[in-house]
Amino acid sequence: MLELKDLHAEVEGEGIEILKGVNLTVTKGEIHAIMGPNGSGKSTLAKVVAGHPEYEVTKGDILFNGESILELDPDERAHAGVFLAFQYPVEVPGVTNSTLLRESYNTIAASRGREEMDPLEFDDYIREKLELVEMNPDFLGRSVNAGFSGGEKKRNEIFQMAVLQPTLSLLDETDSGLDIDALKIVSEGINKLHGEDDAVVLITHYQRLLNYIIPDKVHVMIGGRIVKTGGKELAFELEERGYDWLESLATVNGEAK
Amino acid sequence: MSETKALESMIGEDYKYGFTTDVEYEDFPKGISEDVVRMISAKKNEPEWMTEFRLKAYRAWTEMEEPSWFNATYKKPKFDTLQYYSAPKNKPKLDSLDDVDPNIRETYEKLGIPLDEQKMLSGVAVDAVFDSVSIFTTFKEKLAEAGVIFCSISEAIKNHPDLVKKYMGSVVPIRDNFYAALNSAVFSDGSFCYVPKDTICPMELSTYFRINNMNSGQFERTLIIAEENSHVSYLEGCTAPMYDENQLHAAVVELIALDDAEIKYSTIQNWYAGDEDGKGGIYNFVTKRGACRGKNSKISWTQLETGSAVTLKYPSVILQGDNSVGEFFSVAVTNKRQQADTGTKMIHIGKNTKSTIISKGISAGNSNNSYRGEVKISKKAENARNYSQCDSMLIGQTCGAHTFPYIESANPTGKIEHEATTSRVGEDQIFYLQQRGISEDDAISLIVNGFCKEVLKELPMEFAVEANKLLGIKLEGSVG
Repeated sequence: MLELKDLHAEVEGEGIEILKGVNLTVTKGEIHAIMGPNGSGKSTLAKVVAGHPEYEVTKGDILFNGESILELDPDERAHAGVFLAFQYPVEVPGVTNSTLLRESYNTIAASRGREEMDPLEFDDYIREKLELVEMNPDFLGRSVNAGFSGGEKKRNEIFQMAVLQPTLSLLDETDSGLDIDALKIVSEGINKLHGEDDAVVLITHYQRLLNYIIPDKVHVMIGGRIVKTGGKELAFELEERGYDWLESLATVNGEAK
Repeated sequence: MSETKALESMIGEDYKYGFTTDVEYEDFPKGISEDVVRMISAKKNEPEWMTEFRLKAYRAWTEMEEPSWFNATYKKPKFDTLQYYSAPKNKPKLDSLDDVDPNIRETYEKLGIPLDEQKMLSGVAVDAVFDSVSIFTTFKEKLAEAGVIFCSISEAIKNHPDLVKKYMGSVVPIRDNFYAALNSAVFSDGSFCYVPKDTICPMELSTYFRINNMNSGQFERTLIIAEENSHVSYLEGCTAPMYDENQLHAAVVELIALDDAEIKYSTIQNWYAGDEDGKGGIYNFVTKRGACRGKNSKISWTQLETGSAVTLKYPSVILQGDNSVGEFFSVAVTNKRQQADTGTKMIHIGKNTKSTIISKGISAGNSNNSYRGEVKISKKAENARNYSQCDSMLIGQTCGAHTFPYIESANPTGKIEHEATTSRVGEDQIFYLQQRGISEDDAISLIVNGFCKEVLKELPMEFAVEANKLLGIKLEGSVG
């Protein structure tokens, strides 16, 4: 489903390379976790796959369902089925959650030749999805993320994922800022949403999340590269030993990380 | 969205066609003099007192200086070569909408303007099913039944001279300012509305009339009087792009609300703003003022300003009656090289008077957008209250937003609150919405509509949807 080939990316116009040759293959039906210390490039990786204009891909390719999506705008990537749950969801004052979601849902539906929903149908549809993340329906009439607590913003991201039904979900530190109860609810939601036809990539600092969502593969990212890949037990090892023991792997071919 | 792509160049393009087709004008000598003023008055068969009103204004104007205190720079109009009076003889009639320029039609479609109205706006002969004359007649009958007088100011001068004499110039005196004096001397036409005592005007004065009022000329004059315990809502302008040969527009609007009366005046303005380099475009220098003469009266201005090269406009309320209320809700959008200096004045004179100002300025491109407002609480205005909120939104790096609030209180019981914010539509905000599948242009439109929500909800329902779309169209392609 997703294939990253020697992906290099830098901050547009600044020449600072952040991704230094990432190789990653995610297959349909899988859950992957990407772990790593602060500043290793995990969030950048998610943004680059989603097409954030701040970053420029200087080398390599991103294949989605076998085709390069490098030339696609962020909205076109979303239409193709890429979803990014933001680490810091953005506030949009004056625009209600239900307005945004209906607009999103219908735009994506139209681009895929699916039928759009009228406001009444859509209202029924999203209320059903609300239950998945145990959110109060009042929330639909509130402005997008405006005045939300950190936890509410994160839950909102997963709620959007439930509504939009993407095929590839990149969840950028969705667990940070959630208390233990909210973490359980959100994790269960993600588990329910995940199926044979979609893939999930979790970006996280902590093994904690992986108690609730069992990954098929765990990758460690350091210095803009994936330096180690393993099964779910790798996460436990990281929890115990930290990242220090992997630092040396970040220096490849004599080049500093 | 392919529709969006097709419309990309729309804003600059559509004015090249359609509205500028040859129209025969009854030409007058250029420039202005007492003779020209007399000629205008004679042409309109005006009574002596009206001619005198004009001449007095003209003489006052010759002694006045063109103002330059606002935050805008532009080439001054050449008053001695302007054409002060022109009435279109006849509009060219097209056979069907297929003859209308496709760009214009696309704009209409995007704004959601009904088919029949599209025809009227573009000068297509209207078919029998939708006979504008009969609709006009139906409206007239309905209004007459309620006792509401609604006609052109020229007709009012002829048929209701006492009312016009009593009220015209009573809110905006002829010496009020340079452009008001000029308007008083040479005004072409405009609307007159009188709502009698204890009457609620049975309809929004808008639906049909927004088309009917299109040809009022560059010096429009409007007078609205709401008698005791009456209510009227008036809508000026329309969302469709408007082109005019006349570069200078200097209108005067006067509103008078007596005891317990309420006037709601809404404006949507989308005149030609000039090209990318700021060439061409309309100067919109308007004097709009309402007087809450009676106790418990209320005047509410709502405006959506999206067009014109230069806009200088401060719809104001004089709160004379005790407990009277003044409101100003404004959205001003500037893009490309547009300049807007707009705001309001709230003059508190009566006791317990209340005013609210909500202003939303959106700047994009190389434009400049200023809010200028004055709140004045006079000595006698016990317990006057004002709340002002001025928010600016910037799109891109090359535009400007400014706020000039003037506050003056001569009564210690007065309460004035002022809040101001400035925000920038950020790359992250747009990316967030794009990641949810929404195109860049639609994302900006959504953000801007959210920003203006408090003001847009004050517009009459039938225009709210068009207004939403208009904002989007105006800002298309303004990022990246």
